[in-house]
Amino acid sequence: MVPLTRSAGARPTARSAGWGQGVTVTALAILFVFPLAWSGWASVRQPGGFGVAAYQRLFTADNGVQVRHLGNSLLVCALTVVGTLVVATLGGYAFGRFSFPGRDLLFLLTLAILTVPYATILIALYVLLGWLGLADSLVGLSLVLVTFQLPFAVFMMRNSFEAVPRELEESAYVDGCGTFTALTRVLLGAVRPGLVTVSLFAFLSAWNEFFAPLILLNSTDTFTLPLAVVNMRTASYGSIDYAALESGVTFMALPCVVLFLVLQRSYVRGFTSGAVKG
Amino acid sequence: MRAVTGSGPRGRRRAAAGLLYASPTLVMVVTFFVVPLGLVGWMSLHRWPLLGTPTINAPDNYTAATGDSLLRSATWFTVKYTLVVTPLLFCLALAMALLVQHRRRGTGVVRTAFLLPMAVGFASASVLFLGLLSDEIGPVTGALTRLGLVDGYVSWVSGSPGSALGASVVLVLWRFGGFMMLLFLVGLQAIPTEVYEAARLDGASRRQILFRITLPLLRPTLALVLTLIVTGSLLAFDQFWILTRGGPDNSTTSLVMVVYRNAFVRFDLGSAAAVSILLLAGLLAINVVQLGVLRRRSR
Repeated sequence: MVPLTRSAGARPTARSAGWGQGVTVTALAILFVFPLAWSGWASVRQPGGFGVAAYQRLFTADNGVQVRHLGNSLLVCALTVVGTLVVATLGGYAFGRFSFPGRDLLFLLTLAILTVPYATILIALYVLLGWLGLADSLVGLSLVLVTFQLPFAVFMMRNSFEAVPRELEESAYVDGCGTFTALTRVLLGAVRPGLVTVSLFAFLSAWNEFFAPLILLNSTDTFTLPLAVVNMRTASYGSIDYAALESGVTFMALPCVVLFLVLQRSYVRGFTSGAVKG
Repeated sequence: MRAVTGSGPRGRRRAAAGLLYASPTLVMVVTFFVVPLGLVGWMSLHRWPLLGTPTINAPDNYTAATGDSLLRSATWFTVKYTLVVTPLLFCLALAMALLVQHRRRGTGVVRTAFLLPMAVGFASASVLFLGLLSDEIGPVTGALTRLGLVDGYVSWVSGSPGSALGASVVLVLWRFGGFMMLLFLVGLQAIPTEVYEAARLDGASRRQILFRITLPLLRPTLALVLTLIVTGSLLAFDQFWILTRGGPDNSTTSLVMVVYRNAFVRFDLGSAAAVSILLLAGLLAINVVQLGVLRRRSR
């Protein structure tokens, strides 16, 4: 372990360097928190004090955010999280526990999604979803978002299943379970941390994604929250209502910040699991 | 172990079960990754209007791309932006990782503060900075005026090409600094502490430890972070679409914005596909060269 205190031979210069370092770190931390804190403050600031006028304008302006947009965002998040969990759990189970022809090839192909940034194939996805009858559809958008979660999610779940001791599964077989009941009754509990991490990543990306919905959704009725908030800026030709925009930012950021603070450990696990090592 | 794998009827049954469990992954990857990848190449060979039937016109989309002046200026701007962002973000994130590498009192809070912007969507962050940098409600201009650095009204996001680029760079540093720091931290943790202790016993200075031990051992992570930053910068879209609207005078129009314009403003999906293919080829070439160089050095 890295020693918590400095070794006995620490020179005075090292101590003053430590002070300088402390000041630098604190200043940087304040700079990183400041924009978010400011946004929350600016969203409730109004002439003569504080209030929710900006939020009222956000939800009632002509080009503003509608309750429908919040519903759209929640639907896309639910579909993306559930879809990612189902596909990645079954896939991770298959890759981590079974040997079948084409296994390594399919696994590599799934990881290869990372090498092709999806901004470059969204035009084709737009056409493809049209052919499938999923043009301007929240389901179509969710299917695309699930696919782009798969490299990370499948990798994470495969590692999770590989880390479960074989004996656990064997004892389930002895009790007469098939491979599927062994998964649902025994293994899912053992890979729960992986499931939490995968869900968190899927939720954050579905809630925050901007470019994919911008391409795949064309009518304001199907807009998700980020599109609706950005549309307030683009659709206003006169002066921009900055306070209303900041209330939109705070409204979108708050659930993510809370989730992040509660589940920070799960978030960091997504990186330390080796899922992102070159 | 043998009871679970192995061949014979049991092994075959397990192989069938594995295939069945992998089939949703297979269907998704083929439908929404392999097919569109082929399709974007196929589309680039056609006159493909947003509505109506496509007709083959190869290689018109590619020859038209070479003569497109906005595409040329966007390429130049995107490369310039990448060259500005990459060293800044790389050094900032590395410095942050080195500052909070060791657990001391308060390190946990500081790490959380650095990571917090990652929870905010990039589009939200862009809208946030729009207000933050505005003269109407933003505190930045006022603070800089008080310090005597600027004089009165400054339009950061649309005043001049330089300030629009600068605003976007600051936004990206804020939003992605913590993310890249986290990758560096993971890499730093993989270096065994014995190596540091041995160096310290040999009387190595902090600077020597950083340049002779930490950075060389961190090479795989350095390569990963570099690749992520370069790729992300070449595909930049949100910050320019939302913050600067590509302006002033198209000076901050990026390559992906040209793809969007060709497809949904000019209704010409074929040329958008051609630009996508060129972009993809460029990224692939850069990554192959980068990996090749780093491999050779690490031998």
